Amino acid sequence: MDRPSEAPGAATTQFRGISLASPRVMDPASLTEKISIKSLDFYYGSHKTLKDISLSIYDRRVTAFIGPSGCGKSTLLRVLNRMYDLYPGQRADGTVLLDGQDILSPKQDINLLRARIGMVFQRPTPFPMSIFDNVAFGMRLYERLSQSEIEGRVEEALKGAALWTEVKEKLNQSGLSLSGGQQQRLCIARAIAVRPSVLLLDEPASALDPISTAKIEELIDSLQSQYTIAIVTHNMQQAARVSDFTAFLLMGELVEFSRTEDIFTKPSDPRTEAYVTGRFG
Amino acid sequence: MSQQTETLALHPEIQTRIQKQRGLDKAFRYVTLSAALLVLVILGGVIISLVEGSLPALKKFGFDFLTTERWNPVTEVFGARAAIYGTLMTSAIAMIVGIPVSFGIAIFLTELAPEWLKRPIGIAIELLAGIPSIIYGIWGLFVLAPFLQSNIQPLIIAVFADVPGLSSFFAGPPYGIGIFTAGLILGIMVLPFITSVTRDVFETVPALLKESAYGLGATTWEVVWQIVIPYTRVGLVGGVMLGLGRALGETMAVTFVIGNAHRISPSILAPGTTISASIANEFTEAVGEIYTSALVALGLLLFVITFTVLAMAKVMLIRMQRSAGTRT
Amino acid sequence: MTLYERRKMKNRLALAASSVAALIGLFWLLAILGTLLVNGVSSLSWQLFTDSTPPPGNTGGLLNAIYGSVVMSFFGILFGTPVGILAGTYLAEYGKSNPLASLIRFVNDILLSAPSIIIGLFVYELMVVPMGHFSAWAGTVALALIVVPVVLRTTEDMLNLVPDSLREAAAGLGAPKWQVVGHVVYRAARSGIVTGILLSIARVSGETAPLLFTALNNQFWSANMNTPMANLPVVIFQFALSPYEDWRKLAWAGALLITVTILVLNISARLLTSRSSARQ
Repeated sequence: MDRPSEAPGAATTQFRGISLASPRVMDPASLTEKISIKSLDFYYGSHKTLKDISLSIYDRRVTAFIGPSGCGKSTLLRVLNRMYDLYPGQRADGTVLLDGQDILSPKQDINLLRARIGMVFQRPTPFPMSIFDNVAFGMRLYERLSQSEIEGRVEEALKGAALWTEVKEKLNQSGLSLSGGQQQRLCIARAIAVRPSVLLLDEPASALDPISTAKIEELIDSLQSQYTIAIVTHNMQQAARVSDFTAFLLMGELVEFSRTEDIFTKPSDPRTEAYVTGRFG
Repeated sequence: MSQQTETLALHPEIQTRIQKQRGLDKAFRYVTLSAALLVLVILGGVIISLVEGSLPALKKFGFDFLTTERWNPVTEVFGARAAIYGTLMTSAIAMIVGIPVSFGIAIFLTELAPEWLKRPIGIAIELLAGIPSIIYGIWGLFVLAPFLQSNIQPLIIAVFADVPGLSSFFAGPPYGIGIFTAGLILGIMVLPFITSVTRDVFETVPALLKESAYGLGATTWEVVWQIVIPYTRVGLVGGVMLGLGRALGETMAVTFVIGNAHRISPSILAPGTTISASIANEFTEAVGEIYTSALVALGLLLFVITFTVLAMAKVMLIRMQRSAGTRT
Repeated sequence: MTLYERRKMKNRLALAASSVAALIGLFWLLAILGTLLVNGVSSLSWQLFTDSTPPPGNTGGLLNAIYGSVVMSFFGILFGTPVGILAGTYLAEYGKSNPLASLIRFVNDILLSAPSIIIGLFVYELMVVPMGHFSAWAGTVALALIVVPVVLRTTEDMLNLVPDSLREAAAGLGAPKWQVVGHVVYRAARSGIVTGILLSIARVSGETAPLLFTALNNQFWSANMNTPMANLPVVIFQFALSPYEDWRKLAWAGALLITVTILVLNISARLLTSRSSARQ
């Protein structure tokens, strides 16, 4: 794959057939914490699905959450923009700091939080409106913009999502008329149009064909210079390809969190090794 | 980028926008809530107005209102007995006619009909449900009643004339209109309602269950009779009650063909009346407080009966859904 | 006969019976539509749309009744639809698991099948008695009360069909709930909600019982909503039961008009939903 690498010439590491992202400066001490999760518990009714999770998501780095289905990786992602708040009976305990502010605090305005943290879902979710309106939807919520500003931002977002050349002639067509992969990039454009600082990707390529998946992965790679990205994936190769840090979850517990390279080359927990080498999951 | 959103968040304009959005959110919730509460208000209003309107009659006649057969606007003596009898009898006939046919159609649609026939028949049945009752009424009056009068009723009267116990039940003369004809029309009217519920509950039977029965060598009929019907029993009763609720309260179709006679005749071929037909026929002509009030009291009675039946139907269908939900 | 043959025989008999039942069901539909067509078409004329209802023994039309039906249905839909849509929105968006919403849902389902003559009595007590006279407005309110449960039910059903992922996507951009619902969910459910409105128009255009003692009837042309107003169903009712041949013919013509209107509405509602579900 032709990657816009930030460290040209760096050797691609191989681990048991999985090619890893080019090594960059990954020393946690020299990185800024964007999101800091401390002793987080999560409940569906009385059922505890996340147990005492603590980890850091670093500024302008890609962090992947991996683990077998039902391990709580999607739940963890949905805590970060409090999506669970839509459903009664779901509850989070603990602390999640975004730029030092506790987002679990009842004082936090949820809508503003969600405007600062964009999310892209497993399946494309274009709104039943035109491509242009899809992208403009979010930015109209909190900013007063002139029509030309909106047009500029829509173009910028669609370019950022590598969709502009494909749709610039048909911005007034329904978002539903695009192919699955284009729809997903439209959703990414819609999310970045709001200019969030964090992007949450919940298995963004799981419903897509391999070519569209490759495009999405390229896109993630190009977005990481501007956004802090957290991605949930069930695909270990994908985690290895796109992420800088990886958290491995199992049955609601965080088993291991460290640099992606370390998780895949020298996991410290035997369960992690068993999972990344494909012995279960 | 993050600095930009940070400053945006602290910007006073954003703060007022957030306040405004919160206000609109609250307003939206309360507007939709009050619209929903209006449903309860309607129900409350119906109950209050019916009770209030029927008080004069109920005070005057007390419990006798239910048991008196006489209905005399001149002497102002009113009793609901004939109307109650007519309502129950026409609905009973409707159920006797409607249930087997509805179940038959539902079985045909779920188990027998080839795919290409399912949709058109299903649609036809549902269109039948959309035809307003006044159309059934006018058809009943001008087509069905004369046909019954000249062809069917004389036959019935002749056949049962010598059967002890039943001869008075089917005694002549053939009027055409009357309890029997009204019941028949109601039976046709409830067909689509019962059929569509029945078909829906039949379709909740897991395919696996039916396949296991077929796998043991059961015939289609055995699967229906021994698997599908027992499995869906509660839902079927719910569907029947829904049809019954409709039949009890149906007004126009009955009013055309019932004959509006406030008496209980031993023969079901004779004219009679029902609660709703009495109200429809007499309300605008009723003079005097007691007459009007007696008709409103009939309305209250009808409301209580249909509400009870429909509520029971609903409870059964909810139970059916729940158990289907847990079993699949 | 062996046991197996007996079973097969029973099977054949039972299945034949249910096929006959299906035929009977279809037969009624055809019988009703057939006689309606024969009698209605022979009574059709341009006069129907140009003249008002005649006195006994004269020829005339149904202009005043058609006008009254259209106007009262229009206002009934206009008042009833917003309430139904908003209430359905509450049940679908806020009332997934609260007891008040369950109660409202339950009561609404009962109102949906409750005898409409009860609604007529209610509006009589509510409006006709205090105002001292029958009026088209009273008829309109009665029709609106019939519309609410129909629209509420379809709106709730249709909003429930909108996937939660769409709500999450809108909320994920920071949209407050009213915008999630107003700008995204309503759009996604639009054709379904329109279907509900079409069905409710079909329902009220044939309703007779609630109009009998609210709008009453009016033999003459009237556009004053504060006075009794002619309407097709009540005219059909009165004319059909009359001894006059001209009136009976008008009743058949009116019945045909109503039925055709309702069938067209029902069929277009069906096409609308099947097309939108095919697209998704």
